Amino acid sequence: MGLLSDPNRRRALISMLTRLNAPICVVCYFAGVAWFMGLAFEPFTLRTYMSENAMGSTMVEERFPAGERALATGREFAAHKKKVGGMPVDWLVKNMQDRGLEVFTQSFSRTLPFPDENKERYIVKGTNVYGILRAPRAPRTEALVLSAPCSPGDNNNQAVGLLLGLAQYFRNQIYWAKDIIFLVNEHDLIGMQAWLEGYHHTNTTGMSWSPLQGRGGSIQAALSLELSSDVITSLDLVLEGLNGQLPNLDLANLFYAFCQKIGVLCTIQGKLQRNDWDSVSGYNHAVQTMMLMVMKQASGRPWGDHGLFLRYHIEAATIKGVNSFRQYKTDATTIGRLLEGMYRKLNNLLERLHQSYFFYLMPSLSHFVSIGYYMPAFGLLAVILLLRALDLWVQLNTPPSTTQDGVADIDQQSSPGVLSVLTPLVISHLTGVALYALPIRFQETAVEHFPVSETEAVVLTAIAIYTAGLALPHNTHRLLSGEGTEQGWRVLKLVAVLYLAVLLGCTALINFSLGFILALTLVPLAAFVTPHVPKVLSAFILVILSPACTLLFSVFFFQELQDMPVSFQDGWLLYLSVISQGILDHSLYGSLVYPLIALLVYPCWLLFWNILFWK
Amino acid sequence: MAAHRCSCWSWLLILFSLSVFVVADIHETTPVNDHHGGVDHNAQTAEQTADQPAVEERRWEATEVKEAATVDAAADIQGTSAPETVVPSSVPQPKDDFQEELVIRPLHSGDIYASFQFRTLWDTDFMRENKVSHYRLFPKSLGQVISKFSVRELHISFTQGYWRTMQWGQPFIPSPPGAELWVWFQDSVTDVDATWKELTNVLSGIFCASLNFIDSTNTVQPSASFKPLGLGNVTDHSFLRYATLPREIVCTENLTPWKKLLPCGSKVNVPPFTCAFFFLKKRGTSMPSVSVLSFLLTMFSEQAGLAVLLKSEKLFHSSFHSQAVHIRSVCQDWQCKTTSWELRQTLNSVFDLHNSGQTKREWSLFKMFSRTLTEACPLASSSKLYIDITDNPQGEQFELSPATSLLSQAVVLGDRRTFSVYDLTQETTFGTVRSLNLLIRWKSNEGEMLRPLLHAERYVAGYGLQTGEIHTLMYNNHPYRSFPVLLLDSVPWYLRLYIHTLSVTSKGKDNKPSYIHYEPSKDRVKPHLLEMLIQLPPNSVTEVTVQFERALLKWTEYPPDPNHGFYVGSSVISSLVPSTVAMHTNSTRERPLFSSFFPCKEESSYFVRIYTEPLLVNLPTPDFSMPYNVICLTCTVVAVGYGSLYNLLTRSFQIEEPNPGLAKRIANVIRRMRGVPPL
Repeated sequence: MGLLSDPNRRRALISMLTRLNAPICVVCYFAGVAWFMGLAFEPFTLRTYMSENAMGSTMVEERFPAGERALATGREFAAHKKKVGGMPVDWLVKNMQDRGLEVFTQSFSRTLPFPDENKERYIVKGTNVYGILRAPRAPRTEALVLSAPCSPGDNNNQAVGLLLGLAQYFRNQIYWAKDIIFLVNEHDLIGMQAWLEGYHHTNTTGMSWSPLQGRGGSIQAALSLELSSDVITSLDLVLEGLNGQLPNLDLANLFYAFCQKIGVLCTIQGKLQRNDWDSVSGYNHAVQTMMLMVMKQASGRPWGDHGLFLRYHIEAATIKGVNSFRQYKTDATTIGRLLEGMYRKLNNLLERLHQSYFFYLMPSLSHFVSIGYYMPAFGLLAVILLLRALDLWVQLNTPPSTTQDGVADIDQQSSPGVLSVLTPLVISHLTGVALYALPIRFQETAVEHFPVSETEAVVLTAIAIYTAGLALPHNTHRLLSGEGTEQGWRVLKLVAVLYLAVLLGCTALINFSLGFILALTLVPLAAFVTPHVPKVLSAFILVILSPACTLLFSVFFFQELQDMPVSFQDGWLLYLSVISQGILDHSLYGSLVYPLIALLVYPCWLLFWNILFWK
Repeated sequence: MAAHRCSCWSWLLILFSLSVFVVADIHETTPVNDHHGGVDHNAQTAEQTADQPAVEERRWEATEVKEAATVDAAADIQGTSAPETVVPSSVPQPKDDFQEELVIRPLHSGDIYASFQFRTLWDTDFMRENKVSHYRLFPKSLGQVISKFSVRELHISFTQGYWRTMQWGQPFIPSPPGAELWVWFQDSVTDVDATWKELTNVLSGIFCASLNFIDSTNTVQPSASFKPLGLGNVTDHSFLRYATLPREIVCTENLTPWKKLLPCGSKVNVPPFTCAFFFLKKRGTSMPSVSVLSFLLTMFSEQAGLAVLLKSEKLFHSSFHSQAVHIRSVCQDWQCKTTSWELRQTLNSVFDLHNSGQTKREWSLFKMFSRTLTEACPLASSSKLYIDITDNPQGEQFELSPATSLLSQAVVLGDRRTFSVYDLTQETTFGTVRSLNLLIRWKSNEGEMLRPLLHAERYVAGYGLQTGEIHTLMYNNHPYRSFPVLLLDSVPWYLRLYIHTLSVTSKGKDNKPSYIHYEPSKDRVKPHLLEMLIQLPPNSVTEVTVQFERALLKWTEYPPDPNHGFYVGSSVISSLVPSTVAMHTNSTRERPLFSSFFPCKEESSYFVRIYTEPLLVNLPTPDFSMPYNVICLTCTVVAVGYGSLYNLLTRSFQIEEPNPGLAKRIANVIRRMRGVPPL
């Protein structure tokens, strides 16, 4: 700090930073990207290891025998489901009661803000059925959850069958120290949301549900099971939850450990692990896996029924059975034994899962990147904003013309300066509020006047407001303050750059992936935009790097990563549905990505748009 | 050699004197026992003629219809929780008396509920006499505790598991999960808190439990919920202390000391006795009578009576286990001129059908306890086994074998129950095989359990680590009667209750409690105490909610497993519940019309105490995984970062004049010497 308290050296440092600002920024940007890409390289990552002692050293035996019977139960369930045309509540209640569980039901209803075209639902009414296995001598203080969604069609019948089979087997054991709740939820995430809200007696999303009659105390961990065929080739672990929250890494470790022990193929992001990390294709594979995780996390939506548990500080994951055309097959008994083992270990927990990491990325199931390793990548991007801000600050303090006139100019400008900064800020944020609130509010009007469905109306209104915002703010400040000045845009840009830095910093702390992807696109434009660059080209670049286009690219990139490339036409349709899903996720589950983009990121981007067209 | 012989003689002497002593004792008690049986028989015949023509071949055992009602009604239901044999007051009572009984109730779920009660009565006064030194049946360790700490009444229970009221109905003796201790002290005690502290430590030693964790932060003085159950009409609750330890885990180490308090429950090493017996025989000393021998045998070699069944490997293989000790003073006779001390040891457990790995719904004593009964405890004046057959009057639900013709009826928890009785003091009970292995075999699993009229549940609502809300739900399932309940909540200080958010609602309307007693907590010193008298409307759910804030503890105050969460003890709900017997008055066909117009007093309502589940609450917890790193890092950041930033902000900087040249400096020196200001 002596460096800064010595005025001479301070001056030297600052002049160096301002002189070399552009090269340093470029270097930082590429260093950040390179660092991020390096994370997937296996020698740079850590092997996963079990941190929780209660789950590590204790051995458990898996003896679940009744896989075939579970599948038969699943078929029976399917028949009853078909007969009732929905959730066979009575059948489930009776079956769970026969297995010696305390059974309760919960009914819920929810009217969506606009119809969900992907899942074809608008007014949702349903019933959750859950049975509690009371731990023999525990006083209802702790619980574990095993859930299986009751999906429409022929999906997930095996999951329900296996759930009931496990319930029967678990009921006959004496060693349970935590209550185990077997939950069959209807309408996947909506039912799960209703159940969790009922269990914790909160209401964050305006859903109506009937209160729960039985509880098991504080839930320690939860697994959601999705299984659609009698035999499977591999099990896929889904971790990404609401708002990019992840369960404790020990849960993933537990799954991996048991897959190894029992000999089940396991994948993450649908990708098997490969051993050839030193080859290019092996590295590519790891990058793809990690990028898929980043994209899913950034989307902020729950990627399985487990995703909603994370809000309540319950470690949860979804296990999906995948049946592809591999040779190696696994039957239901083996999956049952795997789950039994996992539950027995979770049952041994003395404390909540807390020993391992909550912030991580996984390039494969056996390797992870902890927060300490990936944060520098973001830090290198964020430092660019600070350097630009410093540069602007210095430029503002040392005006280019040191004549008497120049000083007088500054004095003159300082008073309208506040207004000239405030006006675009307010206007762009109002545009953001409009983008957030209007699409749902005006869907009926839109449907009346245009030949579109409600969902299309919402999405198209959102896009229309987004585009209209481009025309608005850069013209307005002139009405108030007349001609924009040189100092004016500098002050505005300083504010905007610092605003962006804070915004991205906070986002990255909560959801690294989202923060990083936004930083990747917004930081370069924040760095280069001035009113003096070529207008048309810059405007084009600015639009390309805007949040909406980032989303569009992400859609294509995501499809590419999943080895399912789409044509532009399909991609566009997918893009529209992603927007509608984002809005729905916000109103149904409280996902924060849509309000974040609409209320903060988009206005911030508008400020830079404003600077470009500063007159 | 001489020394060896000497020791042998001294052994003999001790043994002989002991046997003489015992003979005297036995002679004293035997006639009483005989007489006792006779009275029983008389009573039976008397009852037989009066009652129940429907089941003629069945004999009815004399049941106590609360003759001590004047005392016991004031006390509470625990007096009636199990039927007792009449001890007519005209008979001179033994100085001390021991009774044992086991009640087995088959539950509708296929589970089975077994409840042991052992009662020791002793006509002595620990307070008045200087020193009670001769103990016979009453355990000395407890007697000394009573006299040393001037205890008026003591209730302690250790429970593992939670009593599932909705499946199992009401228990005979309720208890909360974990350990519970409540004590009324004599009003001669001056420093109650110090005595309480000492008492908990002593009890902790006696019962091998962590009762020493009871301190001022979890002790409360309820104003209304816990009244004395014995004699004495005390209202000054400053002599009452109540504490629970919801986290206490009950295991074999607690069972063994509890069993040792029983007259027939302890196991002493066999070798010394056999050795002594051998000597007796060899020396040709006059042989003690057979009764003495059998007595010695039971005293020294094996457990006898119902205590045989108390084997930890099976008792702890159950869904519920609760053991308790209740000490109180009761009337000696109906005039209540003198009092005697009553020690009641109870043990309740529920055996689970599913966990036992059996396919048929079938239970036997051997399956439950891995033992059968072979004899009564020789020291017991009564030793009985009751099977609740109320739901099975014609034997259509389950089948009992061996069958018994002895029946008994009692009003338990507001319900008239019928029991099959096996008297273990009778030789015929054990049959030809000399052992009783009672078998209960279900024939059908139909029939609905009567819904309990009152039950409660509790949970924590909300998410996050800042605030939360405690919800207590109380269900009144009575179709048309409302009744008041007394709710006691003791919440640790680290949940800071926002008492202004307290709300009581039933049927969507505000329900104003008629009595509220609230003592706010004091950080690190005492817990919250909230007592309310709430009227529960018929057929309703009453919800009590109160919000709280989670305190941030000092980092040394966290337990070794902070992420497990912190326990909040059960709420206690005490109530006089309208009886189901009264509810069914109109539909009772067995009773004569003239007896059933007004519901009888003792049946009109009954006392129930229920406990809710304890809560597990997470408090904001620092990351303890690397405290050292965290502390170091934080301190460094604060010291370096903050210090220099502060420096930069507060210091004013001035540009220093460039260094003057050498010539100028020399000139200045000269000028200073000349007294001229420097350049």
